[in-house]
Amino acid sequence: MKVKLLSRNPDDYVRETKLDIQRVPRNYDPSLHPFEVSREYTRALNATKLERVFAKPFLASLDGHRDGVNCLAKHTTNLSTLLSGSCDGEVKVWNLTKRECVRTLQAHEGFVRGMVVRHCGTSFFTVGDDKTIKQWKIEAPAYGEEEEPLNTILGKTVFTGLDHHRKEGVFATCGQQVDVWDEQRSSPIRSFTWGVDSFSAVRFNPVETELLASCASDRSIVLYDMREPAPLKKVIMTMRSNTVCWNPMEAYYFTCSNEDYNLYTYDMRHLEKPITVHMDHVSAVLDLDYSPTGKEFVSASFDKTIRIFPKDGGHSREVYHTKRMQHVICIKWSADNKYILSGSDEMNIRLWKANAAEKLGVLAPRERQAANYSQKLKEKYQHHPQIKRIANHRHLPKIIYHQTREQRVMKEARRKKERNVRKHSRPGTVPVVSEKEKHVVTVVK
Amino acid sequence: MAKVSKKKVSRKSVRKSSTVTEKIAEVKPDVVYDDGDDEFLSKEDGNISSEEEEEEEEEDGGGKDERKRQKLLEAISALGGKRQKKLGERSEAAVLMSEFTVNAEGEGDKIDLSDLIGSMEKTSAVPAKTKKQLKNLQHSNKTIECPLSKQESERIQRDVAFRKASTEVTRWKDIIKQNQRAEQLVFPLDKEPTGPRPMERMVTGWKAQTPLEQEIFALLSANKQPINDPILTPAEEASMRAMSLEEAKIRRAELQKARALQSYYEAKTRRERKIKSKKYHKVQNKAKRKEFLKKFEEMVKTDPAAALEELSKIELARMQERMSLKHQNSGKWAKSKVIMAKYDEGARKAMQQQLEVNKELTQKLVTALNKEEEEEEEAVDEEVLPDFVNDAEQGLHCSNPWMRGKLSEDPAEKELSENMDLITEGPGAVGNPAEEEEEEEEVVETEEETLLREFDSRRKRRQAHEAVTAPVPEEEEPQVPDQEEEEEPQVPDQEEEEEPQVPDQEEEELSEFTSLFQGIADSSREAEMPEGAADTNPSAQLEEGLVRVRTLEDMELLSQPAPATEQLPSVAPQADTTRKRKRGIELKEVLTKETKVIKVPLAPTMEDTEDSEDKLDQRGLIKEAFAGDDVVADFLKDKRKQEDAAKPQVVDLTLPGWGEWGGTNLKPSRNKRRRFRIKTAPPPPRRDQCLPSIIMSEKRNSSISLHQVNSLPFPFQNHAQFESTIRAPLGRTWNTEQTVRKISKPKVVTQLGAIIEPMSREELLKDKKQVSAGSTSHVDSWKRKR
Repeated sequence: MKVKLLSRNPDDYVRETKLDIQRVPRNYDPSLHPFEVSREYTRALNATKLERVFAKPFLASLDGHRDGVNCLAKHTTNLSTLLSGSCDGEVKVWNLTKRECVRTLQAHEGFVRGMVVRHCGTSFFTVGDDKTIKQWKIEAPAYGEEEEPLNTILGKTVFTGLDHHRKEGVFATCGQQVDVWDEQRSSPIRSFTWGVDSFSAVRFNPVETELLASCASDRSIVLYDMREPAPLKKVIMTMRSNTVCWNPMEAYYFTCSNEDYNLYTYDMRHLEKPITVHMDHVSAVLDLDYSPTGKEFVSASFDKTIRIFPKDGGHSREVYHTKRMQHVICIKWSADNKYILSGSDEMNIRLWKANAAEKLGVLAPRERQAANYSQKLKEKYQHHPQIKRIANHRHLPKIIYHQTREQRVMKEARRKKERNVRKHSRPGTVPVVSEKEKHVVTVVK
Repeated sequence: MAKVSKKKVSRKSVRKSSTVTEKIAEVKPDVVYDDGDDEFLSKEDGNISSEEEEEEEEEDGGGKDERKRQKLLEAISALGGKRQKKLGERSEAAVLMSEFTVNAEGEGDKIDLSDLIGSMEKTSAVPAKTKKQLKNLQHSNKTIECPLSKQESERIQRDVAFRKASTEVTRWKDIIKQNQRAEQLVFPLDKEPTGPRPMERMVTGWKAQTPLEQEIFALLSANKQPINDPILTPAEEASMRAMSLEEAKIRRAELQKARALQSYYEAKTRRERKIKSKKYHKVQNKAKRKEFLKKFEEMVKTDPAAALEELSKIELARMQERMSLKHQNSGKWAKSKVIMAKYDEGARKAMQQQLEVNKELTQKLVTALNKEEEEEEEAVDEEVLPDFVNDAEQGLHCSNPWMRGKLSEDPAEKELSENMDLITEGPGAVGNPAEEEEEEEEVVETEEETLLREFDSRRKRRQAHEAVTAPVPEEEEPQVPDQEEEEEPQVPDQEEEEEPQVPDQEEEELSEFTSLFQGIADSSREAEMPEGAADTNPSAQLEEGLVRVRTLEDMELLSQPAPATEQLPSVAPQADTTRKRKRGIELKEVLTKETKVIKVPLAPTMEDTEDSEDKLDQRGLIKEAFAGDDVVADFLKDKRKQEDAAKPQVVDLTLPGWGEWGGTNLKPSRNKRRRFRIKTAPPPPRRDQCLPSIIMSEKRNSSISLHQVNSLPFPFQNHAQFESTIRAPLGRTWNTEQTVRKISKPKVVTQLGAIIEPMSREELLKDKKQVSAGSTSHVDSWKRKR
């Protein structure tokens, strides 16, 4: 009698190298794996909880300035270099990997108002309260050499902001007027004025590199084209905008941070009303920067918090704060989309993770897959109340928490009043004005 | 849009007007001057005569009067339209002339363009074109608008600039939309392809910096090694270029084709060689010979060296023939034939053929071919030997499916067929010298040869069987006795005459079959259990038939498992035919009986039975324990209770005393009660209505509802949409690895430590290219990915 034996092909179960994972034969018959929704729900819930457990965004604090940090600049070609200028005219160059100051130079007397690194990454420009524009080398001077700028331009008025063209040797400053300079000349190649006396910020469009936007003190945002002799258009809002930032991936969108606690994203072709109003701050928003992917931006506020907004979301997805962080004056999103840098009043620069719960460093493939899967699960079940509750829970400082509540109450009261007024007046006399339209006064052509 | 168009129009008009003013401005001054000149001239006559000193003295007093007078005159002239002209014409010499009084004649009139242009026609310097333009202007009677204010014009400028900028920016719309919709975006967008970059690109952006590098480069340049442009030496380049994928593919295809052609050719030659007809071969040979001759003649012309070689070969063959006299009457076989020739026609013919061969061989320039054939065949025979042995061995292991590979079968079969040819033709093939030779050799050869051949024949028969039926071990059962029986008669047969062998064998086979089946049938009839028949029969048959000791094969057969009843029917048809022809055996009885698989009681089943006993025991225990309970009735009762509870209650809202008399012992009227009794609509049918053994609670569970979504989330239009997104699981428990990977792809992927540059203009160009390319967009996107 012959005995039948089970015979298996070793190819089916022997792995090629011991680094491979064991092959697990699977049966995908749905009847064998019931309750998929509830099981995945549990997984999603756990993933959300774990995300909150691991959300530790604060990485480091860079101290060394002797006055409030007034401006930051990213290096264009080097991720680990950061420049910061303080209110006492000092500029520091930082090495982020070592978390230490590499170089310190006294750039100006009074504030360093603006700072920008040239596109090639070999030099940077600073403007200060002493009415000068200075160009510096990135490299520290050799031993025995004096620390002095490559170029100095003496202006007639104080400069309050500075930005560099992305590709050409052209930069723009703002102060009494918006000037466009050629690096080779000591007088501006263009000078834009439009009936206002001071500007607070100017930014080049990184995509359509000839376009500029600036915030003026008459509560307006003005658009320019470097090639045209006159400005393009301006929109006047109810309150003053502090800074403006273009989306680096979408040519015609820009966002401005406003004194009225909100941020507004505009389509530059339709300035009549903003595309999105981003609300959550409880004090004036001082600065913002887009993530290099153009999907999100981060804002720094006078209320001592940093918030991250999705570019088309009305509310922030994240809020960062620490006990010691005072009014955040300037903020930058690092060029690799991983970190956020904030400079604040109390002389410190802080390094944050852009994604609070993300694991830093290289992920193993399986680790990455697991992270992706849990991310998808969270997305899928984000509308479920428990998950939503956990995912949206943030601890806030007491003041901000109460102020937020107060804001909400005020807003509700205003809405209620408006509703009542509408109810008690002739139909049509009190029109419904959407939140977006409320904040724009006019568009001046 | 309307606004915009309006603006455009206004802008146009402004432009037009501005151009007109310019033109007129060009013409105006000198024309005016001319006019003035005329007047001055007319008044100068008087002026010259008058004394200028006096004029100066009286300027103070007379000036005012003069002005008044002038005003008066003007007023008067304004009263009458045409008379005024005449007034102007009347030029008298006046004593006092003020420079302020200078006035054009016909001041109130419109200046006609013709007045201004008058002088133009006289001057030849004015080009014809402008003349024409001016004439055209003359006809149009429109007034010129005044130039815009500065603010206004600036506004227009801004507007134009803005519109230009916004159209420029709008070009990005497609890309932005596309990126927003993209399932996954990998940043940085214009990533360089991973992997090693070409050396050229690396080197161009790099300079020798360290002293070592400089030294190396100095050496390289000194030795004229390529540094920059062709970074590879020619040899390396050649090796790089040696074989691309396409080339390799082409080459492979060529090789395949060649192999196929070769195999066709081989098959063809094999078939031809198998042909037994002597006439055919003769004709063939003759044709070949002729062709060869032709070729030879040609060769003499074209390639004399090769021809010489051929010639020498032929010569050699001839010499050999002449030396050995192989085909003359001197051989043993020939002598016997000579004796037989007197009586036998065939022998005589054979003799003649042989002589012919001899003649051919001894002739010059002929029969190299025959010789070659001989050689070939001999070679083949030599090769055959090992094959035979191998095959015989394989035959032993044929139960092993891996050893029954077809690789060795084909050539073996070929040899076999040849051998069969030999066997059949052997004695008759007098004319073919080669075969004769072989035969002679055979005679000389020992029994080994015969044994081998015998093996081979056996193998062949087996293969034939296998071809007819499925390769079943049982198949060989009938052969076993057959072979043993055969072996004894075959050996002498082969030595004497091999012709009758094949039919004999066939007959024997058939008889074997029939006898076997008869045996099976008999045994089945004898055995009470028909199922056991298939199992036991072969061994019984073997015992009966076997006289000799069991061979290896038999042992194997025995060791083979008995059942596999499905395979019996496949044997049936063949067996059927044979039986019908020869002996009447009832097929049905033999084959239609199903064999029962005998279940061997194994250990686990034993355990099973024990288990079941245990279970039974437990059941019994439970039964005993709950003997008094009527669970089913309780359940039904429970269910009915639940159903009743779920039924809607009738709400009675009647208030006694309203609209009626109230008091003790007074009930509200029936009419009222009917009116105020509210019946709620019946609820939808219970879900467990048709499930008698189930109670489904339709109450809301508060602990679960805490986790449930209670309002439709924003982007979704209806519940079904939302539910469908929830229903599909994402995990690898429910999906294959690939799907999971695809589903859980993150929306944004960034590379660790890579600087993400803002969108660049090249992106726009790429997009345009894609659009224009249309069909080639796939390729583009592929390139972009890389």
